[in-house]
Amino acid sequence: MSDFSIVQFNIQIGDDLTHNVKPLLHEIKHGLDKLVETGQTSIIDLRSIPLAPGEEDKILSMLGQGEVQAQLNALGLSEVTETQYAGVWIVTHYNDENHIISRFIEVTTMPEILCSQTEDIMAAYSRLTVSLEDNV
Amino acid sequence: MSEIEFLNWVRGPGFQIAIIIFVAGVIIRFAEILLLGRKPNLAEAKGSEMSSGLRTIITRSIPDKGTFQRSMFTVVAGYIFHLGLFITIFLFAPHILMFKDIFGFGWPSLPTPVVDAMAIVTIIALFAVLIHRMRNTVLKFISTKEDYIVWLVTILPLITGYIAFHRIGMTAPTLLAIHILSVELLLIMFPFTKLMHTFTIVMSRWYGGAISGYRGVKS
Amino acid sequence: MTNNSNKEKTLGEVMRSRGVSRRSFLKFCAATASMMAMSPAMIPKIAHALESARRPSVIWLSFQECTGCTESLTRAHTATIESLIFDSISLDYHHTLQAASGHAAEEAREAAMNENWGKYILVVDGSIPTDNPGYSTIAGISNLDMFMQTAAGAAAIISVGTCAAYGGIPHADPNPTGAYSVYDVIKKFSNNQLDGISSATLAKAGEGSVVSKPIISVPGCPPIPVVITGVLTHFLTFGTIPELDHLGRPKAFYGQSIHDRCYRRPFYDKGLFAETFDDEGAKKGWCLYKLGCKGPTTYNACATTKWNDGTSFPIESGHPCLGCSEPDFWDGGGFYKALSMPTENITQTAIYTAAGAAAVGVALGAMNKSKKNNAVAAHNKTTIDDLEK
Repeated sequence: MSDFSIVQFNIQIGDDLTHNVKPLLHEIKHGLDKLVETGQTSIIDLRSIPLAPGEEDKILSMLGQGEVQAQLNALGLSEVTETQYAGVWIVTHYNDENHIISRFIEVTTMPEILCSQTEDIMAAYSRLTVSLEDNV
Repeated sequence: MSEIEFLNWVRGPGFQIAIIIFVAGVIIRFAEILLLGRKPNLAEAKGSEMSSGLRTIITRSIPDKGTFQRSMFTVVAGYIFHLGLFITIFLFAPHILMFKDIFGFGWPSLPTPVVDAMAIVTIIALFAVLIHRMRNTVLKFISTKEDYIVWLVTILPLITGYIAFHRIGMTAPTLLAIHILSVELLLIMFPFTKLMHTFTIVMSRWYGGAISGYRGVKS
Repeated sequence: MTNNSNKEKTLGEVMRSRGVSRRSFLKFCAATASMMAMSPAMIPKIAHALESARRPSVIWLSFQECTGCTESLTRAHTATIESLIFDSISLDYHHTLQAASGHAAEEAREAAMNENWGKYILVVDGSIPTDNPGYSTIAGISNLDMFMQTAAGAAAIISVGTCAAYGGIPHADPNPTGAYSVYDVIKKFSNNQLDGISSATLAKAGEGSVVSKPIISVPGCPPIPVVITGVLTHFLTFGTIPELDHLGRPKAFYGQSIHDRCYRRPFYDKGLFAETFDDEGAKKGWCLYKLGCKGPTTYNACATTKWNDGTSFPIESGHPCLGCSEPDFWDGGGFYKALSMPTENITQTAIYTAAGAAAVGVALGAMNKSKKNNAVAAHNKTTIDDLEK
């Protein structure tokens, strides 16, 4: 056994093992239609769908990269990217150890998590007020 | 009893009990038939018993033109469900594993969707022969309670197997346990009903042919 | 252990006081929804509920167990998000994790019980021996007594791990300690079938109060960490117990079998199986049914939630599912025996039966033959004389 090697699972990207990839992409298409027609946004949790090794990468590579890429630093890293299809966003949350804790596909004009939150704005207002009082 | 306990019981002690009754029953039935013996035939043999017997095993398995035209339905439906039973029992991968565990060897299986389709065809054919039996005056007259019981214990494993495979209505362990239990019922009923024809058919067809062969007549 | 002064604050207040931004909180809620297998549409609801949730007291009792469940749980406790869940509960007693020991630890438990009587969550891992109270004791108190006392004041009981949920390995044949699951012990208790329990405990627990406690089972050997935290979070978020199946398991995680959600399922359907662990089929990642996979009869979330931070799950690593989240998985006739195989040695049974039956058959045959011969011998031929009578 000189050529001992790690077993390579011979699953190709084109295998479409679970038959979940195409329906998911169609769901995104319907989501875009709904967004234009009624303004309703939709979110798909990628963790809730059984996917074979490689299938998530296949979905991500098909959606591709768009114009916007944002990084958040909130309880660990989060990445928000618009795909090549405007209105389709990938939101990936990481924990402190850079493990993915959740990944969503959001069909929206702007993912909620990117917006400044009212509570934070209020806290910012009082913080700024305090700091101005202290320094001026 | 939890569902897994139920499943473990039918896969263990339950199956053991069924196998004991099945094997003992079949062997005792055979011993009874074979040891009864026949009176020696003092007439001079006018032909070969063996070749006529063997030929009859084959010829009786193929319906002649007259029989086929007279009872086309019985022949066709009969062939379909027997073939279907053979495929679903012996060519389904999980079943072959069971045989392999007992006999020590296995054989290739058919793709699951083929067996799945065959199960449906077999169930339909079995219902068709039942309806035929109940609607045909002569058949109805000569049918006994045993005929209906045999029909029931034959179709139960098919139906429970189909439901277990597609997991309809209940959880998987319960459905699988019910399926195995229905097979155990079949195994227990087997030696004491006309289901014994599975084993005796070759012997009795040979015997019918052998008598004719001895007398030198066509069988 | 956590700081008691935080107990009266809501979770939202605790988080804000630690400088957790609303945006971070939203991220936490999104991760929580994903973890609890909830629709993303639930995220605003979760945010609202968690904002005003109060920190419940949790008492964790470990009985006949291997600490694997705690090991699993602490693996969920790797980073900020999960630790927030733990910061949001008040884990008042866990004899593996707490610093205190002996009487001090038991006093902490009693204090937490008295302070939160009727409101705390009781988490149990390990099965409870019922044969001899001395088989397993903590601080001189038998497992059964401690369980009954603590269960009496609990708002709900969470059975973590297969041992607490079904009896698990201690309950496996021949069950030398008379080990039972939380559910079975309570059922036996209500039927007065227990001898080992002291009269003081009986008086304190009061029959009806323990019997009516909601029990949530989180089986698995060990359970998936996020399933444990998911159930706690559900309770924290909504103050109710999640929807349960017939074995008391949360449907969100145990609603579908491993087989149903397995990415290798298409191979099963096509009849493509690995026959051994190193053949072509195994290398190609084909179905492991023939190698004894219990996926078809096992309900758990491994296939989607996965293990080790979502890296993989047993089948993805090339090993069949053992069925560890089902009752009596230890007594299923062997991990490598396919589900369709009998669990006993049927070949031997058949051979012995055949030998015995052959003897009986010969005897019966001989009896039948002599019966026939007797009948022939007894048969008198009619003669002319008979006719003339």
